[in-house]
Amino acid sequence: MAHHDHAHDDHAHDHEHHGPEKGIMRWIKTTNHKDLGTLYLFLAFTMFFIGGLMSLVIRAELFHPGLQFVDPEFFNQMTTMHALVMIFGGVMPAWVGLANWMVPMMIGCSDLALPRVNNWGFWILPFAFSMLIGTLFMEGGAPAGGWTMYPPLVLQTGNAFPFLIFAVHLMGISSITGAINVAVTILNMRAPGMSLLKMPLFVWTWLITAYLLIAVMPVLAGAVTMLLTDKYFLTSFFSGAGGGDPVMFQHIFWFFGHPEVYILILPAFGIVSTIIPTFARKQLFGYDSMVYAVASIAFLSFIVWAHHMFTVGMPLAGELFFMFATMLIAVPTGVKVFNWVATMWKGSMTFETPMLFALAFVFLFTIGGFSGLMLAITPVDFQYHDTYFVVAHFHYVLVPGAVFAILAGVYYWIPKWTGRMYNETWGKIHFWTSAVFINLTFFPQHFAGLAGMQRRVPDYAVQFVDWNVQSTVGAFGFFIVQFIFIINMLACCYGWFGRKQGLPDRVWDGAHGLEWTVPSPAPYHTFEEPPVISDNELTAVHDAVDALDHHKLS
Amino acid sequence: MKMGRLARIAAGTSLALAAFAVQAYTETSGGYNLPTGVTDLSKEVHGLHMLIFWICVAIGAVVFGVMTYSIIHHRRSKGHKPADFHESTTVEILWTSAPFIILIGMAIPAAGTLIKMEDTRNSDMTVKVTGYQWKWEYEYLGEDVKFFSTLSAESNKARQLGSGIDPNTVPNYLVDVDNPLVLPVGKKVRFLVTANDVIHAWWVPEIAVKKDAIPGYINETWAKINTPGTYRGVCAELCGRDHGFMPIVVKALPEAEYKEWLAKQKGGDAAAAPAAAALPATVVAAAPAVTATDAAPAAAPVEVAAAPAAAAPAAPAAAKDLSKDELIKKGESVYTANCSACHQATGKGLPPNFPSLVGSKIVKGAAIEHIKQTLNGKGMMPPFKHLSDLDIAAVLTYQRNSWGNSSGVVQPAAVAAAR
Ligand code: HEM
Ligand SMILES: [Cu+2]
Repeated sequence: MAHHDHAHDDHAHDHEHHGPEKGIMRWIKTTNHKDLGTLYLFLAFTMFFIGGLMSLVIRAELFHPGLQFVDPEFFNQMTTMHALVMIFGGVMPAWVGLANWMVPMMIGCSDLALPRVNNWGFWILPFAFSMLIGTLFMEGGAPAGGWTMYPPLVLQTGNAFPFLIFAVHLMGISSITGAINVAVTILNMRAPGMSLLKMPLFVWTWLITAYLLIAVMPVLAGAVTMLLTDKYFLTSFFSGAGGGDPVMFQHIFWFFGHPEVYILILPAFGIVSTIIPTFARKQLFGYDSMVYAVASIAFLSFIVWAHHMFTVGMPLAGELFFMFATMLIAVPTGVKVFNWVATMWKGSMTFETPMLFALAFVFLFTIGGFSGLMLAITPVDFQYHDTYFVVAHFHYVLVPGAVFAILAGVYYWIPKWTGRMYNETWGKIHFWTSAVFINLTFFPQHFAGLAGMQRRVPDYAVQFVDWNVQSTVGAFGFFIVQFIFIINMLACCYGWFGRKQGLPDRVWDGAHGLEWTVPSPAPYHTFEEPPVISDNELTAVHDAVDALDHHKLS
Repeated sequence: MKMGRLARIAAGTSLALAAFAVQAYTETSGGYNLPTGVTDLSKEVHGLHMLIFWICVAIGAVVFGVMTYSIIHHRRSKGHKPADFHESTTVEILWTSAPFIILIGMAIPAAGTLIKMEDTRNSDMTVKVTGYQWKWEYEYLGEDVKFFSTLSAESNKARQLGSGIDPNTVPNYLVDVDNPLVLPVGKKVRFLVTANDVIHAWWVPEIAVKKDAIPGYINETWAKINTPGTYRGVCAELCGRDHGFMPIVVKALPEAEYKEWLAKQKGGDAAAAPAAAALPATVVAAAPAVTATDAAPAAAPVEVAAAPAAAAPAAPAAAKDLSKDELIKKGESVYTANCSACHQATGKGLPPNFPSLVGSKIVKGAAIEHIKQTLNGKGMMPPFKHLSDLDIAAVLTYQRNSWGNSSGVVQPAAVAAAR
């Protein structure tokens, strides 16, 4: 690095490294895990915003029966793009961003194992998403065949088609590099004393997520490449007329797709398992069983894929197998929920914003788990499948599930990242309004679906109007109140409203883990020397906490 | 212990409350829950649905009850001190095995129902259902009866963007069709489900049938309807722009009335078509290959006697020439029912998939090419052989003289000659 010597002078105390470069080049060239974590999180929230706007187009059109605002074709483009942007642009980069920030700090190493790969992995994404979103302006419009991209319908996509495939490839490459990086870091760079079964659960869940990503992103890449050759190179992998099979695509897609939904949720389990013990001031109940539960869920996620396609006409034996395997997932999922509740039980709870989001996660994710269990019952899934009941199910696990966990994580660690405390009152207002609006958005969809409203339609029979009115009001409300969060967080980043730095290392009195042993804000480089780890720091509640308790109680 | 009893009381109370609330919801209206339906199996499915639902409510009441209790009582502001237990193998084993056993209890009846649903043997009759972008075709195998079923004209008009028509004023908005599928009650009807272009799914909630319609595949399913009535469904798999606009209507009739209806269809009399829309139920003489797979009992092909052998539908009308205005007027309604979904009411289509007809080469060029493409289809455009010569002549004349096009008249005779 050409500037090394120069920077060296500015930081005489820093014998090896230097602080961040100034200006835009800092962000373009950075290989620092904290910078990249920040970039990933900014990208994720930008995508949540764009995907959110798309969902508002959808909800506005569905406010009342009849077509008021958009052509059905554009409506389908919105549902397709909304899903792709939210899943690949929102939730997944948010997880990678949190892993970037926290994994090295949690396992006591100085950076990820492959810092330049890390830079590349991030910078691919803005191009991928510009291209994907750019298809909205192409002849024939954006892809409109659903994020599941089933042929033959997806082959009717206009000029956007190759751009869709290319964008998916780029996202896949980014995810795979990120996953390899995290897995290598966790396996090789833990501080001495940090054995596998002492790692914080967020690290565990991310390690397993990384393996899922490495296993299934190439499968998706294969599937979309076959779509590409079917469209342009006269192959017929998925066309019956040429000896291929359109259902094969669905099998391949969901072999990727089901592990993918766990990729979206496992890190959330890790975050919730971190936050609840902190604010209950009590060690996580059943640490080992949590690890085994996550591992079993990951394993099972590879053998349940066809529950997304019970209606394609599988043989009876296949339907029975996938029904039983899917029902099995409820067992380890139940164990996790029971462990969280047992952690709260007889704790000494306080309800700061991260805890509120974590508790809401446990309630609402469980509701999503219940509807998941209902969907697993094949003969009844025939009725639920492709209705708003399914939309309600996966939004319960994705929004008050994954997204609430992301919000909880950001609230929890932002004081560590920026050295400034967020405004607790506005945090609580954000939480309560979000919780009310999200249930108003998605709970009625269960009823609409059961009563017969199919998904992915721009218009509906008049008897569903009440559910849809509620849903639309909820969606607009939820979108608007997220600005409370954005301002609250940016205020921490930039020190708006006179917010001062000067927090203790251990921002939350009940928190444990190595990240709380470094200053707040965390210096640009942490743990250049591996820390000496006491078991007390990793799992037990600090002796200091009791003293603090007394102090606050009296 | 006091704490344990309180927890149980809290759990019990929340269970009762939840049960009450949900009971009130599910019993007061058909618009909140799965319909019970009108087949034995749909009732079983509904039973399974309610069973798994109550299991979830019960588990939820316990878990949420304990959690809520803990949130209320085990808080620092009440001076509660944290306990320091953090594992128990006994408890873990207990709450791993208890759900497992509950799930087995659920899996057994579910498997039983599933096995029955997949048993398509010994059917009394077979209907082949074909999905198209965006309509359904029903073919009564062995009966030589086959027709298309599309969104009713009234709904179709009201659902256009900015139509200005209040959907509340349209009866059965979006769930009404021109020609419903007519079935007898008390008979085991086997459905063969397939598609012509992309994947669709044929779903009628009240008979608990949902099956994907996949090009190149023929899926099987069945229903035996107990009660006469009209049952409405929709296409349940995203199939393109008008996925939301290809409903299904099943009209279940007592057997005698069904027989009467069927006989009329075979009469080939367009006037006796089930509904008053533009698309008459047509008699097609050539039996498709698939028929051979099914030994449909009762009606022998001999009964087709009434139909003029191998004659193109509406042949008599084809003989005489019509005026340009007559053709355009008729053509407009044929266009709305058959072409506008893709090529749009404006004729501008949705390029690049659905080309514009304004100034198009084919529309401006020789009539014969225009006729051939309409009869045989091309690429994503389905064939329209099933339309009468008159309908095709009319719609082509309409296309050739609308939106600034002006390329002459096509007469039914020309269409007949091109077949
Ligand atoms: C208890 C755990 C779960 C069970 C038993 C379960 C079960 C199911 C089943 C059976 C379906 C298919 C429904 C249908 O199309 O008929 C489904 C759909 C879906 N699930 Fe889950 N699920 C669980 C958790 C999750 C989680 C954690 C996520 C994501 C974070 C998720 C995301 C989805 C999505 C996105 C779909 C819709 C797929 C589509 O586009 O059709 N699920 N789930
Ligand atoms: Cu369809």
